[in-house]
Amino acid sequence: MSQQSHISDIEQIESSALRELDAAGGLDELEQWRIAYLGRRGRLTQVLRRLGGLAPEERGRVGAAANRAKAALEQQLAERERSARKSQIDASLAEGAIDVTLPGWPSPAGGLHPTTQTIREICDAFVSMGFEVMEGPEVEWDRYNFEMLNIPKHHPARDSFNTLWIDYTDSDGERPMLLRTHTSPMQARVMENRRPPVRVVVPGKCYRYEATDPTHEWHFSQVEGLAVDRGITMSDLKGTLQEFVRRVFGPERRVRFRCDYFPFVEPGVDWAIDCFACAGEGCRICSDSGWIEIAGAGMVHPNVLKGVGYDPAVYTGFAFGMGVERVAMLKHGIEDVRLFYANDLRFLRQF
Amino acid sequence: MRVPISWLKQYVPIGVSSKELAYRLTMAGIEVGEIDETGGDWDRDNVIVGHVLKVDSHPNADRLTLPTVDIGNGETATVVCGAPNVAAGQKIAFAREGARLFSPRSGKVETLKAANIRGVESAGMVCSSLELQLGEDHDGILVLDDDAPIGMPLVDYLGDAVLDIEVTPNRPDCLSVLGVAHEVAALTGGAVTEPDLSYPEEGLEIDGQVKIEIANPELCYRYTASLITGIKMGPSPQWMQDALVKAGQRPIVNVVDITNYVMLEYGQPLHAFDFDAVKDRTIIVRAARQGEEHVTLDGEKRVLSPPMLVIADSTDAVGLAGVMGGANAEMRDGTTSVLLESANFDPVNTRRTAGALRLRTDASYRFERGIRAELAPRALRRATKLILEIAGGHAAKGIIDLYPGRREPRPVKISRARLKQVLGVDFTMSRVESVLSSLGFERAKEPEGIIDLIEAVEAAPAPERDSTLWMTAPYWRSDISIEDDLVEEVARVVGYDSIPETMLATSIPPRGEPSLRTFRETLKDLLASAGMQETISYSLTSLESLGKVDATASGPEPLKIANPMSVELAYLRTTLRASILETMERNRRVSRGEGLRLFEVGRVYLAKEEARERELPDEREMAVGALSGPRFQSSWHAPRVNMDFFDAKGVLETVFAKIGGHVEYEPVRDPILHPGKAARMVCGDAVVGVVGEVHPAVLERFGLEGAPVVLFELDVEALRQAIPQDGRRYRSASRFPVSHRDLALVVDTGVPSGKVQSIIDRHKLVVGSTPFDVYQGEGIGHGKKSVAYRIAFQSDRDTLTSEQVDRAQGDIMRQLRREVGAELRDLHG
Repeated sequence: MSQQSHISDIEQIESSALRELDAAGGLDELEQWRIAYLGRRGRLTQVLRRLGGLAPEERGRVGAAANRAKAALEQQLAERERSARKSQIDASLAEGAIDVTLPGWPSPAGGLHPTTQTIREICDAFVSMGFEVMEGPEVEWDRYNFEMLNIPKHHPARDSFNTLWIDYTDSDGERPMLLRTHTSPMQARVMENRRPPVRVVVPGKCYRYEATDPTHEWHFSQVEGLAVDRGITMSDLKGTLQEFVRRVFGPERRVRFRCDYFPFVEPGVDWAIDCFACAGEGCRICSDSGWIEIAGAGMVHPNVLKGVGYDPAVYTGFAFGMGVERVAMLKHGIEDVRLFYANDLRFLRQF
Repeated sequence: MRVPISWLKQYVPIGVSSKELAYRLTMAGIEVGEIDETGGDWDRDNVIVGHVLKVDSHPNADRLTLPTVDIGNGETATVVCGAPNVAAGQKIAFAREGARLFSPRSGKVETLKAANIRGVESAGMVCSSLELQLGEDHDGILVLDDDAPIGMPLVDYLGDAVLDIEVTPNRPDCLSVLGVAHEVAALTGGAVTEPDLSYPEEGLEIDGQVKIEIANPELCYRYTASLITGIKMGPSPQWMQDALVKAGQRPIVNVVDITNYVMLEYGQPLHAFDFDAVKDRTIIVRAARQGEEHVTLDGEKRVLSPPMLVIADSTDAVGLAGVMGGANAEMRDGTTSVLLESANFDPVNTRRTAGALRLRTDASYRFERGIRAELAPRALRRATKLILEIAGGHAAKGIIDLYPGRREPRPVKISRARLKQVLGVDFTMSRVESVLSSLGFERAKEPEGIIDLIEAVEAAPAPERDSTLWMTAPYWRSDISIEDDLVEEVARVVGYDSIPETMLATSIPPRGEPSLRTFRETLKDLLASAGMQETISYSLTSLESLGKVDATASGPEPLKIANPMSVELAYLRTTLRASILETMERNRRVSRGEGLRLFEVGRVYLAKEEARERELPDEREMAVGALSGPRFQSSWHAPRVNMDFFDAKGVLETVFAKIGGHVEYEPVRDPILHPGKAARMVCGDAVVGVVGEVHPAVLERFGLEGAPVVLFELDVEALRQAIPQDGRRYRSASRFPVSHRDLALVVDTGVPSGKVQSIIDRHKLVVGSTPFDVYQGEGIGHGKKSVAYRIAFQSDRDTLTSEQVDRAQGDIMRQLRREVGAELRDLHG
């Protein structure tokens, strides 16, 4: 065989190989093709094997031609294999398609009661201002709920705290135990047990003998705040509440004080925020006043300080309270306080 | 307290609108709840004052007349009128054609149209009180006073506004028009003109005509009285009736109306006795006798007891002091002599008496708030003067004024330093003095002999003296006793808007011990993240509810409410079990068949048995959960399977793993749980709770038949105590691979899996094990069960060889055989 015929043989093999490769379909056929041409007994391999019998100068040229042909075939094969593999994957993926509109595995969704969430939000705002969260008893002594708060027995201010009493009468014929009507008794309890400085917030349940309606519930929650030290002023009270309001009701909201009476503070104020619904224009939410009353506050009454052994000439302090449900109602647009403790999931799950 | 603006104007000029006035009062602590406008909707142009020139008879109807009315500007109108009382010369309210007016026939506001009534054209109307919505009277027309200017819009002549004031308990002075007038003066820069109190004293000396004695001076601080003879009972004049009606009082008869009028004017309750009914012309203010009977003005017989205070004559009570007069000395039509009382009684005793007799009156309401004794003689003279003017008669010379409770007015200090200390604002003392003066306070001399402790200790510098004022409260104010009271007076008049906002600049106090709250809130978070919804229920419950969960039989006796709102809310709960089951029931009713996972963390109230009365109850924080219904919402993925014991346990295991508690479950008997599906949870040495399926009989009590309900209950504090407090220590994960082996065991059915697992887990190479198959039945001996465990082996020193794992498995097997009699399951047998 001449050198020329060897080379033409190689070219012929290459062209027939390429033709067959074009016709080969899936990965299996490609493998058969590889064996036929590039396998150990493949046609091109055999040509290469036969090179040994050629003269050295011929061997170089035929070898080069054979190697070029092999590289070309290998490259083509790799390309075809890649595309065949892709089609195979595509085909199998197409089979595995799902209906993505079907619902997923249900994962039970729990949640916290809006009162819990609101108490946390309120307390967090004050904690960031250096207040500590404390709690106190709900069944209280008259002494803490009233007397130490400058509300002696038979004081007319007691009329505004419709009290639920525990059924027990002491030797003086008085009922000393009650369900606390506000979180304020913790003012006295905290101060009795600590020396100034004091800075606490007290969340908790309170109770009043009250007919329920959309804005009244006998069972409710309050957060009480108390800060006592040398040099605490009503300006600090206003600044503290203003900061609280910014965080909980938004950066635009403003606090307003108006004079009010609570026996355990002097001066006493009622604090309100400008109405977020109408920005002070007057609407249904704020009863056309432009202001929404939140709760009471004031400077701790000197009698309360004296009662716990603090010198009111040296120490001053402020106290404030707020109704948790009221805050939640304002934030979430809830119009009936009775929803809070009716425990209907259709309500609770919205928070 | 209802305060008509027209009444206020008698004492103080008002240059601002009633809305503005209400705002200023409210901001200063005198809260105006509502403003009732009279005539606010009267048609200004078409409802005007008219003058009846003549009244002709109607040609076709006997009961109708034809008044001709001068309505100003030379205009007259002739209308048809059905009122019997219309007469020439009257000033009346005239509505022109086109006026918007209330129609008694339709009950609505309508436009008045011209009408032909029985052949006569009528272009307008003479109005009744009802049409003007001034009262109920529609039988006749409203007749105005003769001075009413013809043609004036009626709203300018008769219109008024009434401020409905919610008076706080510290301000009884504002339970009076004059008291409010003083506030108005301070807030608007006006000055108050008080009523003239002088009257001719033409009678004999009062001392010779009546004898008054206070037997219990500790309960009656002051008693003043005047005597007027020769009076004539009758209706009071229209202006007084109008004022009383606007203020919410019903006019009765002149003398009684006057006492009410003056009470509203000064805030001082008064009482008028028919002097002829007072036996022996003697009044004794004394404590009631035990069981003494007395019929009050309202006709009720009251049984009294000391120290209720009565006003008595020589034999019987003629009035209940500070509360209500007696029927026996009531003013009658024929009364000619009146003994007028204006006194001051002890607030607490008055309050107790009114409370005990359930007889709260305008008088007791004022006395129990502690009105000033200085009001008594003023109100007495004012009322005496009005009686003379309205009911005629002669006043005795002088008044009785017994004043055993006299207290000299005590000046109160106010300093610039205290204002700054409390408010954070630096006021000039001239400003302070002008504010306080506007409220009626008077500058006083510094009292001698009072040692000011603060100044003594801190040795005030000289300028401090110039920054201090001593002020005496006006006679009507009873709420001023300390310096901070004056600080508030300054702040509320100047306005709280002028107080700046500052942030706390004092040091942050050290924290106390970490509280139960932190742990409890974490627990809530974990329960919620495990798919549970938090609920909060009432702390009060009924014995019936507690009984349904056997809490009355097995638990401590619940604390009872003395004045419960209803039987459902009469006891403090001693368990949360009942409320969570009630909540489950309520939600099952409204749910669309989905699974419910509920929890509550809250307090139960456990009376201290030995010291029920000396100590507050133990308020123990508990967590309860209840799960019921399908595990998955009806799903195409899985069949509907109801939740059971293990759903609750799964939630608890997740929670305990997160808080770092190792909890063992031991079978337990609980009165409301399924006897075979209940466990108590033990952490360390402490029982921290129970979990189990609720007993079917209990489910029935709650109307929860059907799907099982699983309940768990945790003692939050016990759990917190049982969990290691030293925090978590990090352990690095082993670098070496894990080998798994499956071990199928056969044990007696009574052997708890937890026991088997604990034996497996204690081997030092075991890092975890899970039961993955439980089988009972064919192929396993009777009374036996097969449980298969997948065990993970791992060392943190090297890669385990299969020989090492075999050896470990052999060790475990030997121990299982010895301790629980376990055998390997022969899978080929």
